[in-house]
Amino acid sequence: MDYRPEVINKLSEIYSGSHGTFLKNSPEIFNRHRETAYKEFLRLGIPDRKNEAYKYTNLEKSFGYPYQVYYSPVPQDFREAEKFHCEVEDLDVWNMVLLNGFFPRGEEGLVMLPGGIWVGSMKAAAKQFPGLVEKHYNKYVQGENDGLVPLNTAMASDGLFLYAPKNTAYTKPIQIVNLLHSDQDIFAQDRNLVVVEDRAQLSLLVCDHAISPQHFLTNTVTEVYVGQNSRFEIIRVQNQHNNSGKITHTFIHQERDSYASSNNITLHGGLVRNATWHMLNGENSETHSYGLYLADKQQHIANFVKVDHAAPNCNSTQLFKGVLDENSSGAFNGRIMVHKIAQGTNAYQSNNNILLSDAARMDTKPQLEIYADDVKCSHGATVGQLDNNALFYLRSRGIDAREAKLMLMFGFAHDVIKNIPIEALRERIDNLVQKRLRGELSRCASCAIQCN
Amino acid sequence: MKSEFLLQIKELKATIDNKEILKGLNLEVKPGEIHAIMGPNGSGKSTLANVLTGRDIATVTHGSVTFEGKDLLVMSPEERAREGIFLSFQYPIEIPGVSMVNFMKTAINEQRKHRGLEPLSASEFLRQMREKKELVEIDSALTNRSVNEGFSGGEKKKNEIFQMAMLEPRLALLDETDSGLDIDALRIVANGVNKIRRTDTSVIVITHYQRLLDYIVPDYVHVMYDGRIVRTAGPELALELEERGYDWIRKEADVNEETWTTDRK
Amino acid sequence: MENDQDKVLDELTSGEYKYGFVTDIETDVIPKGLSEDVVRLISAKKEEPEWMLEFRLKAFRHWQTMKMPAWAHLKIPEINYQDIIFYAAPMQKPAPGSLSDVDPELLKTFDKLGIPLGEQKRLTGVAVDAVMDSISVKTTFRESLAELGIIFCSFSEAVREHPSLVQKYLASVVPYTDNFFATLNSAVFSDGSFCYIPKGVRCPMELSTYFRINASNTGQFERTLLIADEESYVSYLEGCTAPMRDENQLHAAVVEIITERGAEVKYSTVQNWYPGDKEGKGGIFNFVTKRGICKGDDSKISWTQVETGSAITWKYPSCILRGNNSVGEFYSVAVTNNYQQADTGTKMIHIGRNTKSTIVSKGISAGFGQNSYRGLVKVLGKAEGARNYSQCDSLLLGDKCGAHTFPYIEVDNPSAIVEHEATTSRIGEDQIFYCNQRGISTEDAIGLIVNGYAREVINKLPMEFAVEAQKLLQISLEGSVG
Repeated sequence: MDYRPEVINKLSEIYSGSHGTFLKNSPEIFNRHRETAYKEFLRLGIPDRKNEAYKYTNLEKSFGYPYQVYYSPVPQDFREAEKFHCEVEDLDVWNMVLLNGFFPRGEEGLVMLPGGIWVGSMKAAAKQFPGLVEKHYNKYVQGENDGLVPLNTAMASDGLFLYAPKNTAYTKPIQIVNLLHSDQDIFAQDRNLVVVEDRAQLSLLVCDHAISPQHFLTNTVTEVYVGQNSRFEIIRVQNQHNNSGKITHTFIHQERDSYASSNNITLHGGLVRNATWHMLNGENSETHSYGLYLADKQQHIANFVKVDHAAPNCNSTQLFKGVLDENSSGAFNGRIMVHKIAQGTNAYQSNNNILLSDAARMDTKPQLEIYADDVKCSHGATVGQLDNNALFYLRSRGIDAREAKLMLMFGFAHDVIKNIPIEALRERIDNLVQKRLRGELSRCASCAIQCN
Repeated sequence: MKSEFLLQIKELKATIDNKEILKGLNLEVKPGEIHAIMGPNGSGKSTLANVLTGRDIATVTHGSVTFEGKDLLVMSPEERAREGIFLSFQYPIEIPGVSMVNFMKTAINEQRKHRGLEPLSASEFLRQMREKKELVEIDSALTNRSVNEGFSGGEKKKNEIFQMAMLEPRLALLDETDSGLDIDALRIVANGVNKIRRTDTSVIVITHYQRLLDYIVPDYVHVMYDGRIVRTAGPELALELEERGYDWIRKEADVNEETWTTDRK
Repeated sequence: MENDQDKVLDELTSGEYKYGFVTDIETDVIPKGLSEDVVRLISAKKEEPEWMLEFRLKAFRHWQTMKMPAWAHLKIPEINYQDIIFYAAPMQKPAPGSLSDVDPELLKTFDKLGIPLGEQKRLTGVAVDAVMDSISVKTTFRESLAELGIIFCSFSEAVREHPSLVQKYLASVVPYTDNFFATLNSAVFSDGSFCYIPKGVRCPMELSTYFRINASNTGQFERTLLIADEESYVSYLEGCTAPMRDENQLHAAVVEIITERGAEVKYSTVQNWYPGDKEGKGGIFNFVTKRGICKGDDSKISWTQVETGSAITWKYPSCILRGNNSVGEFYSVAVTNNYQQADTGTKMIHIGRNTKSTIVSKGISAGFGQNSYRGLVKVLGKAEGARNYSQCDSLLLGDKCGAHTFPYIEVDNPSAIVEHEATTSRIGEDQIFYCNQRGISTEDAIGLIVNGYAREVINKLPMEFAVEAQKLLQISLEGSVG
């Protein structure tokens, strides 16, 4: 039976019922878009597998679960969260913790970092930079005929705001630790905006963790504007438990001569779907989308990537790799779209997978849609096992079979990790992936729960 | 009782896809000896290397191989390596994403563990890396890369010898190590082998041509033909082969074969 | 140089369709439109047994519940099925016994198409079943094939003379419920070829069916059924053309192949339906369901297609690899020029152990053409050791066309190895310059490069047709060249 009508009913009740709370607790600009988005959500609904973009991802496990809290206007207790120690915390970063999609510091939470970069809550940003937020909010979102982004627009009430004005740069990466922690099952939706103006630079690290064993579902929307001659990097490290669902939609909009890269490292999670949209809107831009996913148990990890070449002479890469064990499944859905105007396009797309068990499964759809002729586009996809020749080579040097396999898997994964732009982080993630592959890490070290 | 031989191959027969490639091969190697195995394409030289290192492409159907008196054929490839057998691959494998440093460190420490030794300290390991790199004149940049990834043919062969220097084997099998090398690279590789070889290290050089043997002078030269060693002599045999080619060996071997078959009838 | 190249491309891509003439012959047509009565009428015209009519009616009733598929990367104008004539036959005795019974006009037509049916002029080594509109005109070499136990005849004859074979295999690969067009075909199919190769027989000649649409306002709905019994082999080729008309004509065929243990079928298509004019007016809608099943162990099905015609092509010749060690192959060259659209590819379904499939697809887009590769490689849980290699390249000639690649890879077995590679590019200026520098004109250089690009596939065609296909490729792209 279709689980969706009931869920949509419940969401509608919450939407109508707590409308007052929404309005009261949200930036005005959020409220202005709600009604249209809500109608759009009702029209499109929750996607099922008949939707081409969700063909291999069944959301029922996450969306069908009866969460106790769908909208929580009050920030949770932060004491627990502040005790949390993230594996990648020792890095030299500027760090901030979000709990269940909310800021600890409330409206005061907008600070200027050395170098002139602003970071804080959307609520505060809407007050301090109303024109800027107005200009960019809800401008870069797209969809694949599904209601998930509108659902976020209709119901989110806060999120991260990051702003690098013209000619600014912050030397350290900004780290956002997204914690899910509660004594109730929560469906959370955060809405984030990153604006990197012309000739500015920003590097963002997002770590997703679930630290209490409750069921969680997050439906996150992040819009990123990358101005002319600017540079933006985002690295997501996802490490949530098997009862959690994580759905992210990231829209990276680039103007000319800009550079952007996105790196999704999914180490753990019950159901994860990362949609990354790259819009190359100005000439001579470059964009890179990387992903690594390691799954076992019943986990499902999906990556959806779309790179739009909407301007001439841009370069793009997509490189996604996965190792799937036990009953896990993976999906890759990548598309390069070269518009008529985008002559001189250079685009590359690759998805490689290793299946380790009989029950593991991988579905991949690497697609090209090309309307310009002066292009170099190539793509490739593989599903297979470790290379036997390489395995023998390692063993012939005295390395035992198990260790040799791990080395090869690690080498396979490193291909993605090596593209992480921050060296210290790269090493840390190498480490985490090693541990994960060795089965030593089924959770973050300080996590209180077992994920088995 | 310890055998006087390091390696002893008796009546070895092996098949690939049910086709017999090795047809009763005998070979004995004492510590410190250098043997060259020559022969035309398809005579079974590389299959021998595969069988000795435990690659499962070939199936042994008959005969025995002992290494320091131990049955080699029951050992896994890594056990053989840890016992001290090293193969310089004819076509070294590229392994993207696995750094040379991590690769070598793992290999050395596995070997040390096998011998009951503590793992090397990081500084000691790096010292050895440096030292051996100089020995085989390998570019430092290469050892910072992934295993063999993007190496030229010559660089790959040098990298094999570098690994041999690091692992200090009892028996080194050089499978067509000279192929694809120009004369300078050949000299560097050959000298590398000579420099790292200890007095008790044995070497089996598998090669088509005599030119490598100018540098690594063998005690014995064996000619392999149709899965057997059909002739054994000193280094002068290699020169003769260089001059006369393999045809005469082929003819002689074929004649022998025919006689033998007739006898049986 | 840039401009020069554009100009040459322009000239090259404006070749004329050479098969666009109409044969003036009296034709028996039934009224336009589709209903149960029309289905009954077709069946009656063909003097079919009751079971055949039942099959048609079942299909028709199901079809009424279906919608046209919309997932392909195609813009398909609405088709009014009540405006199509579903049966048209040149007036003559059905299935004439000897050549003298065949209308000379028909013989002339096929002569003109390069398919001589006359005894003296017959293509050596090729047996031909010639189909015009809804019926088979003549099948050559029937007798000599019959001596080997090979049945090669029109579908209608097979229904009459080999009903048990037809009943056993009809719709066993493409069920009547399969898809909108296959279901339509099941209801109204007219003629087509039937072929049965008995155990252990290697068919000594190429079997071939030539399809010709002649009558206007008609659709063509042929059905081909090819059965290769254990350890047998056959190479089969189909070709097709149609007159130039301003209206679109529908062609919805079904081809089914069954290979038993150790059997091999090589199926080649040179598709040259009228593509419409330079403004995109007219042309055939080519909506075809082709599928084979490697039913027995160690069997093999190989599809080769050269698709240069049709206004719209919607076609995915596929293999169900059920037997252990069975092999499926798909080699395709698809050209879209002017306003042609193609959405074509294959499905390789790996069910048996150690099954292997190879896909080589070469798309060429010119003018305003839109060319899509759509393919599925599916490895089921029990398909130990399955292997697939796919290579899908696209070549763009000009900046107004499009090239798209939509592969689907679904793997449910860890011992499988599936590899997909694709590239999209235009002809390199450095390649053209290299040719120029050796004294080859830009025009010839493009011809050379395109042919080189398609060679891997063309080479898979039976020799007699490879040359033909190569010429066709040049004509559909090059006009003045070749």
